[in-house]
Amino acid sequence: MNVKELAEKANLNLFSGAAGLDRQVTGGYSSDLLSDVMGYASEGQVWITLQKHRNIMAVASLKDLAAIILVKGFEPEPDVLELSEKEGIPVLGTQKQAFEISGEIFNLIK
Amino acid sequence: MYFEYFVEGGDFTNAGYASSQIKKHLKELGVDPSVIKRSVIALYEAEVNIVAHAYRGKIKIFINKNGVKMLLEDEGPGIADVGLAMKKGFSTASEAVREMGFGAGMGLPNINENSDSFNIDTVVGKGTTLEIIINF
Repeated sequence: MNVKELAEKANLNLFSGAAGLDRQVTGGYSSDLLSDVMGYASEGQVWITLQKHRNIMAVASLKDLAAIILVKGFEPEPDVLELSEKEGIPVLGTQKQAFEISGEIFNLIK
Repeated sequence: MYFEYFVEGGDFTNAGYASSQIKKHLKELGVDPSVIKRSVIALYEAEVNIVAHAYRGKIKIFINKNGVKMLLEDEGPGIADVGLAMKKGFSTASEAVREMGFGAGMGLPNINENSDSFNIDTVVGKGTTLEIIINF
């Protein structure tokens, strides 16, 4: 499944990075600690978090993540949008909290 | 091959720049992806440590046919108890840094787990030098 299909099925809204909607999703990682994601997330995963500052883009890019999903209606800071466009890594959003959207996505891609 | 980067303490906007550059260089050299991943994790953590804890620092990267050696020299407060700093979950990061999702006490352990050789040389009140070696 690619990011676009996942976004449609899980009803996620797209903030930025449309160029990366065809990235393949291999799994997901839910965490708000950047070092945790740095150390343990894998290439191709979607990252579910409430962090919305520009450093999330550095981590997503360094780890070759498929997309970032912001929970609970959080909106990315302006420079996140800019970096997301530049890197071609989509930033998506949901009103749901991390537990709910993680469960939903788990079922969609398992 | 030699690369050098400067890091300003407190400047989170550029945190990760050296890591992304080195990732690009290692990719161009055709280095094994697992080695690139380990190098990037270790360097990012070390880079963020300078931003989060030191006043300023210099990153020196040496790449030869055997591997990559990273030296991160900072002017900063130093580490009072290296053994404690190496413990998972221990951190002296500020509240503001923690709110950003850093300072969870995972940085140094992450570096240790992803490197083949890791040395910390620190003087309290002066600064810290990390030497990280990752073999190809």
